[in-house]
This record gives sequence, C-alpha cells and structure tokens, in this order.
Amino acid sequence: MSRLWLVRVVVVASALLALNYIGWRWVASVNWSVWWIAVPLVVAETYSVIDSLLFGLTSWRARRRPEPPPPVPDAAVDVFIATYNEPLALVQETARAAAAIRHPHRTWILDDGSRPELAAWAAQHGIGCIHRGADWTDRPRHAKAGNINNALMQTDGEFILILDADQVPDPEILERTLGYFEDERMALVQTPQYFVNVPDSDPLGSQAPLFYGPIQIGKDGWNAAFFCGSNAVIRREALMQLGVSRYAVELQDSVRQALRASRRVVRRARRTIDDPSLTELLTTIEQDAAHALRELQGGAGVADVTYEFGRRLREAERKVARADAELIAADLAAVGELAGAASDPAVGVPVLDPAALAEVIDRDWSAVGALAAVRELLDAVDVTRGHEAQPIMPLATISVTEDMATAMRLHAMGWRTAYHHEVLAHGLAPEDMPSMLTQRLRWAQGTVQVMLRENPLTQRGLSLAQRLMYFATMWSYLSGFAAVVYITAPILYLAFDVQPVTAYSLDFFARLVPFLLVNQLLFLVVGRGIPTWRGQQYSLALFPVWIASFTTAFNNVFRDRPLDFAVTPKEVGPDAGPRWDLVRPQLVAMGALLAASVAGIVRVALGDASVFGVSFNIVWVLLDLALLSVIVQAARYRGSTPRERQSA
Amino acid sequence: MTDIQVTHSDHGLGVVTPAGRLTMVSARALTEAVASLVDQGTSRVVVDLGETTFIDSSGLGALVAGLKRCRQAGGDLRIARPTAQVTAVLAMTNLDKVLTPRASVDEAF
Repeated sequence: MSRLWLVRVVVVASALLALNYIGWRWVASVNWSVWWIAVPLVVAETYSVIDSLLFGLTSWRARRRPEPPPPVPDAAVDVFIATYNEPLALVQETARAAAAIRHPHRTWILDDGSRPELAAWAAQHGIGCIHRGADWTDRPRHAKAGNINNALMQTDGEFILILDADQVPDPEILERTLGYFEDERMALVQTPQYFVNVPDSDPLGSQAPLFYGPIQIGKDGWNAAFFCGSNAVIRREALMQLGVSRYAVELQDSVRQALRASRRVVRRARRTIDDPSLTELLTTIEQDAAHALRELQGGAGVADVTYEFGRRLREAERKVARADAELIAADLAAVGELAGAASDPAVGVPVLDPAALAEVIDRDWSAVGALAAVRELLDAVDVTRGHEAQPIMPLATISVTEDMATAMRLHAMGWRTAYHHEVLAHGLAPEDMPSMLTQRLRWAQGTVQVMLRENPLTQRGLSLAQRLMYFATMWSYLSGFAAVVYITAPILYLAFDVQPVTAYSLDFFARLVPFLLVNQLLFLVVGRGIPTWRGQQYSLALFPVWIASFTTAFNNVFRDRPLDFAVTPKEVGPDAGPRWDLVRPQLVAMGALLAASVAGIVRVALGDASVFGVSFNIVWVLLDLALLSVIVQAARYRGSTPRERQSA
Repeated sequence: MTDIQVTHSDHGLGVVTPAGRLTMVSARALTEAVASLVDQGTSRVVVDLGETTFIDSSGLGALVAGLKRCRQAGGDLRIARPTAQVTAVLAMTNLDKVLTPRASVDEAF
C-alpha cells in the first residue's frame, strides 16, 4: 500500500470519528441550562472539527512532485530583491548571492528607501537598482506590492524571482525551478522559506515545517499551492495578464458607479438653482451621463465613453464660470474632501466609497460645485487611474499580504502553480518576541482581509477544491475565538461547577478520545515526523493576536479604519528585558487556569465535586497550560547568534 | 524583433505602427514612442495594429500606459486594425471593453 493510501485511510477514519463526535455533541450532550457557555463550547468544537476536515482534504492528494525538467537555457530572468529599510549589509549579502545565481539573469535591488549609498554600491557591482519614480509622489504606495509593480514596468525578463532582502538564494535556485515552466500555464513556483537564525528549539515558532511541507504539498495536489511573497519564481505574462484584466474589469465597474453618482449630484443641484440657463446646462450634463451609461450598457468602450463625456463636461464648466464666487469656494473645499474619499490610500481600489459618496450627493451644490464634483468623480475612476501611480497593478493591492490574493486571482484565471519542496534560500526570522508578534499579526490581518474582500468560496473560476484550500488557511486564523472558549470552559467547571456538557461520562470519552488520537495520528502520518507541536502551541497561545487580526481587518474592510500596518523589524532592538506587557492576556489566562485547578481540588476534598469531572478538567487545564507555556519561553528568548551564512 | 514606425497623419494625429511581435521585450519601446510623440505636442495618437502579428499582456500594458500619457496631455489614444490574434487577446483580458478597436486609422478620430 502506498504512503498516500495510508494517509487517505487515516483521513477517512479521522473524518468519521470527528463527525460521530460532533453530531453526538449537538444532538445529545449540550447542557442547555447553561447555554451561555454550552453553545460557545459546541460551536468552538465544531470549528475545530471543520479545521480537521479541511486538513484531511489538504492531505488527500499530498504527493511530492517528480524532479522538474532542466530549464530552457535562454529563459530570460529578472531577480528582484525587495527592500525598504533593512540594514545595507543584509541587502548586500542577498544581492551578492543573487548575482551569483548560475542561470543567466539580471539582478535588481528594489529599494523603497531610495538610499543613494545602496544605489552606488549596486552600480559598482553591476547590479541594477530600481526606485519609485515621480508618479508615486502623493499617491498610495501599496508597500511591497507597489514596489514590485513599479519594478515590473521597468524590466522585461520572462520570469521573475522574488526575494525578500533577508533571503539569501542558493546558486542553483533558478536551475531547480525554471523547468516547471515548460508547462505553458504554469504561473508560479514557490519554494520554502527557511530561517538560519533559529535554534532547534525554535521558541518563536519561526520555522513553519507543517506549512512548508504537508500543507503546501497538499494544496499543490489540488493546484492551489500558495504564493508566499518570497523565494518564488513568477511568469511575467501571468502577472501582466492579471493586471490588465483586473484593470479592464474594475474600470468598467467604477466608471458606471461614478456616472450614476454624477447624475444624482447634478439632479440635486438643479433643484436648488434658480438661474434657468444654469438649470438647462445641468439638465444637459445629466442627460449626457445617462447617455454615457446607455452606451456602456450597449458595449461601447470605456475609453471612448469617458472621453466624450469629459469633453462635454469641460464645455459645461466653461459656461458656468460666471457663477457665485462664494458658493464656489465652499463647494471646492467639499470637492477636495471627495478626492480623499474616492481613493482610499490603504486600499487603492478605484472604487468609490459608498458612505463618502452619500455625503457628497446629499450636499446642496451650486452649479459650479456640482460640475466640479462630477469632474472629481470621473477623474477618480478615469482610464488613466489618476489617483494611482500606474494604471496597471499586476500584484494585488487589496491586502497587506498581496501574495495570497495574487495567487488566488491567478488560479481563478486558470493558471497553475507549483510548490517545489527543497530549501533554495536561507533567510532570517525575527529575533525577539515583539517583532514576531508584529509579523504574525500582519500575516493574519492580511489573510482575513482577503477572506473578507474576496471570499474564496464565492470566487468564479476556482475549482471547489481550490476554494476550500484557500478557505482552509483563512479558517485557521479564526482559532483565537475558539481558544478563548477552550480556556474558559474548564475554569468555569472547576471554580464554579458550571458544566457545559450534560455528562462527562463514558459515552463522552468513547467518542472524544478516539477522535483526538486519530487526529494526532493523521498529523504523524502526514508530517512524517516533522515537529508540529510548536505550531499547535502557537495556534492557541497567540489567541489575542488572532482576535486582534480579525477585528482590525474587519474594521478596515467594512469601516475603513487603518490596520496600523508596520513593516516587520528584522534586527534585534535594544535590550529592555522580557516584554510581559505584550502577552498579558495569556498570563492572565494561565493564572486563572491554575487558580481554578486549585479551586477544583478543594471542592473535591470537600466532597462538593465529582472526582471524575475534576480530573478530566484538570487534564484539560494541563493541556491548555502546556500549549500556552510557549509564550513564556518566547518572552524570555534573547535571540540567537546567527550561524555563519554562505555568501558567494 | 519589433519595428515601431512613427508617422504623422494629415490631421495632426500621431500614428504608431508596431510591426511583428509586441511583447514584454518591445513593450517599452512602444510606450516610449507614444511618450515622445506627446512630448513633441502630438497627444492624439493612433496605434495601428495591422502589422502586429502577436501581442502579449505586456504589449497591452504598453497600450494602457500610452493611453494614460495621451489623456494626461489632453489628447487620446485609439487602436486600429487589430489582427485576429490581437483581437483574441483583447477579448480574453476584457481590454476590448475599454479600448474599442477601429477598422482603419482614418476612422480613429
């Protein structure tokens, strides 16, 4: 029996046991008299069961790819090293290694900090240096995605290797990956991220052996291997096609929206104006807007429609130049505000914000103001995308984790991706807990942003399995809410005798224990002995981070609040002792778990509680504590001395 | 290799004719040809695609960049005479919903 079939047998067994357990929990064992904890608990358990089923699905086709064919010798490659503020020595080490990659290529440093000394160094070493041009001044920069989009327009290699500033590539990285592109629909090849400055105990959970292993291999089996932002080779044509088609689709939507809003602004202004010649003029513009909408409906090109409408608008603007000066001043200020509303710098999608739009429309406009507002509405969504530095943005800008969103869109367009399971670059992980927390928060926020903006379950073009593969990763970031319940439930039982399950009986254990055991067996079989304990610890122990990521991303997507996004610091800051303040919720939880255990033991001693129930809940508490304890290790971790890195 | 010809029509239009393959290798040459026309005061430009045997998405990107350049100078960019391959690529990316191809250079403006 092949290994994959063994995995499948365990997956099926685990799924059946999971469904048997959770079905019984819902039907027969919810203690409704304490529904306020009983329902959250059974919901949290359902969450975990779904998580486990999704992991089973991921494992179903987890098969290592065969060796890739050798690359086409003349494939033109650009190597991008994206940097913002990392130390020069770090960027230079990566750049030197990149220049030494064996397959013919050009190396570029994409320096978002525009540091002249780095440019000078690069010139000396025959390495290209790309900065943002004047087009980006006063426009949304879109962080790393913007940096790469800018470089894409200034280079022309058929393939692009993307590296973070601290990922030092091996000389054979291109020779080992380019062969996959023999498949003409192959858009992207991702290799693992591996960190050299991490001790074997990995107290900060930096290595992700489960993700850069069974999970990516499994997703790859469903043609859903993720792009992870660095150590990946991309086909330029796939990215550009994505950029051009997104431009075309988004433009049609936003122009239609702007024309409809324009009609309403003009109609409203017309009601408040007495001057018959102005009224007539506004009527003409309103009719022009209606005509433009009909033309679009009939299939006319957006460029032609907006060109013609813009021409008529300019004529009208010239005619009303004689209107009341005071009104103009007030209106122009409001138009300025509208400009802000029309281009959300955090998002940069040229779609108008409905709330800001409603405010604009409900204003009492003068004729000049109304026309200026219409002009602003149209400019915001014009074919030139005047509010953006460049009209075409191949790398998605809807999220701070542009990589996941981009890969999902590529898959939706029918492109393929591959995961090549071989470490071909050696990187640096955060060296202290505060940096680690910032980094995890950012990843989680980005993932939740994508889930809320472009829910994979409803994306056209994706297969059902691809939808579920993307959904699985997003689902895993909701674990913070379940964690709170898993910490609270045993505390309530031990300290206050609140029992969310009708009976901690034989029936209960006969269903729960086999499920838990087979689930762990699944990890063992799929993981082939890789360490998964750290990952399980952090999944629970970072519950405040996961919850914060969800609430901030929710507020960002639906209420336009900033994410407070920060670039992950790569260097250790000045030593100031453990930052217990950053993990206060976890420490409080651990204290409460311990106190509740003491209370439970006292209650048993007084004959006030069942030995069996208390024992079970103390085992539960010990598991919680074992998982949470990683946070203490993390806070006390003082970094490691980086091992010698190969620099070619 | 792409050969990009730039001429002026009788009506003060700039006509850019990329012959051969308009791909990631030649896209920037097209963008630059349009830009230099605009810089010399010709902001109404027709890109004649009648000699373009193959276009990729970078080529389409160059058309959009040219469109932006012309619009910012108060003019416009139109495309004319797309070949079958170009028409197919325009349709696949939906860019034909933005730039409507014209049957001839004379009908462009």
